[in-house]
Amino acid sequence: MGNKVLMKGNEAIAEAAIRSGCRHYLGYPITPQTELAAYMAKRMPKIGGVFLQAESEIAAINMVYGVAATGRRVMTSSSSPGISLKQEGISYIAGSDLPCLIVNVQRGGPGLGGIQPSQSDYFQATKGGGHGDYHLIVVAPSSVQEMAQLTGLAFDLAEKYRMPAMLLADGTVGQMMEPVELPEEKDVEFTEKDWAVTGTKMQRPHHIVNSLYLVPDELERKNFERFERYRRIQETEARYESFLMDDAEICVVAFGIAARVSKNAVLAARAEGLKVGMIRPITLWPFPSQALKEAADRVKGFVSVELSMGQMIDDIKLAISCRKPVELVNRAGGMIMSPDEVLAGIRKMNGGDNQ
Amino acid sequence: MIVFEKPKSLTDAELHYCPGCTHGIIHRLVAEAIDTLGIEGRTIGIAPVGCAVMAYNYFACDMVEAAHGRAPAVATGIKRSLPENIVFTYQGDGDLASIGMAETVHAATRNENITVIFVNNAIYGMTGGQMAPTSLPGQITQTSPYGRDVKTAGYPVKVAELLSALDGPEFIARVAVNNVKNVKNAKKIIQKAFENQIEGKGFSLVEVISACPTNWGMTPQNALKWIDEKMIPYYPLGIFKDKSEGKEAGER
Repeated sequence: MGNKVLMKGNEAIAEAAIRSGCRHYLGYPITPQTELAAYMAKRMPKIGGVFLQAESEIAAINMVYGVAATGRRVMTSSSSPGISLKQEGISYIAGSDLPCLIVNVQRGGPGLGGIQPSQSDYFQATKGGGHGDYHLIVVAPSSVQEMAQLTGLAFDLAEKYRMPAMLLADGTVGQMMEPVELPEEKDVEFTEKDWAVTGTKMQRPHHIVNSLYLVPDELERKNFERFERYRRIQETEARYESFLMDDAEICVVAFGIAARVSKNAVLAARAEGLKVGMIRPITLWPFPSQALKEAADRVKGFVSVELSMGQMIDDIKLAISCRKPVELVNRAGGMIMSPDEVLAGIRKMNGGDNQ
Repeated sequence: MIVFEKPKSLTDAELHYCPGCTHGIIHRLVAEAIDTLGIEGRTIGIAPVGCAVMAYNYFACDMVEAAHGRAPAVATGIKRSLPENIVFTYQGDGDLASIGMAETVHAATRNENITVIFVNNAIYGMTGGQMAPTSLPGQITQTSPYGRDVKTAGYPVKVAELLSALDGPEFIARVAVNNVKNVKNAKKIIQKAFENQIEGKGFSLVEVISACPTNWGMTPQNALKWIDEKMIPYYPLGIFKDKSEGKEAGER
């Protein structure tokens, strides 16, 4: 530890995944996450790991499902259109209570969209994404350092709660280079999971990994159990960064690269004498609703800063039960707002001019 | 003295298949192969979506239920993760030759060291008898009520022939289970498909021509006859590819 190296965000994810004990990567090429797969292709064969370029995103996520069923740490990565293709498989993984990591280095949409950074997969990531009732643990890094840190955290949480986790990044954090302190190499010693398929060795009844329950009350019970687990996660695992919130009268809410831009705007607003702070969700699911709810008691309003047409803003309104106004500052399609645009939003919320 | 018993690799669960359906025979042949080779403790099976969706209750080894068509991808993940285990998929024609064609072809071309049991009964059974990728020209189904018209619905997919044209796969064969002679041969071929995997040879697929009296609208006896008269002439039996034996596509 202590050594900083200069790395691209996408590569930091890959190296952090390896250091956290991941030895299985299966994916399909797509911009802007290419470096991640390339890094894995180079490294995995040297350390006895598995790198496989699948025939499609659909095949890749189903290979992930297969590895996850054996109880091994496994990941895939893609970008928005590819993540849409993976949704069926993600639903099966959630329905079978299997852990894995899915990285989405988001680009603008809908459709083929563009290849520039975006946060417009927020709904898809935080509300389930595929068919049926389920959630993913969603972490949102805003620096290359966090790309590395949150990769290990996402794996750990996925395994702790036996559910898929998503690292929701954007093309900017994926592509930019920053100094990063990589996590220590974790012992990859494998412990058998008591639910995994590894062969019965004729010593136990067969394990079945499955999401099919044709008896409705059985399926309902499964869903109730899963949501009880989700409730515990919402109570204990929400993570966020609080920035200058102690005396704040306006609360900016932003994640990922939008939070980096917003931080500058908050400082500029402070220089103008405006009492502004920021809550930066680090987990998007569970959403830091409690922190926002408490902030709503003190501030006069919120500013949601997003690289989308306004998605997280709904969760902010829900968290604060619409008790305070929420202003949206947004860009879409691969465009990024400037600190001045955020500052204009802050001034508007403050009741001043927003020109 | 036991003269007849259920294979150990089948559980005691009662099969849900229709009267006259040959899935039961094919399950048994797979289980017998696993028993004979003594691999039950290290075998992992993948069930499809379709009539055999609940195969995970019938095979006594560890089992995974895959999404429709994705069994070869799931098998790939498992086999790459646990190369010492024996991994097989059990899939129908809609699953393997329609929605899952890409996964099938690419697992074959990678020569993924897995065993694929492909049950071809020329119809979608579970959903009530729709046209399958392998339904014969002129075959009447719920979604080809005037008979499969090749001008609009295209031609049946000959999976064994198609895959044997690839350089990748180790072993591709087609068998049937409509009479004792064919069943005995199918048993031998299915066992070989597992032996190939044990020996690390690679992708081995056995297409099994199977009967669906319920959705064909026939008695079980007539369904077995229909296999001889209609199915086998279109889908000839034999070993299409056996790389280790130097047998490539085209020689049968």
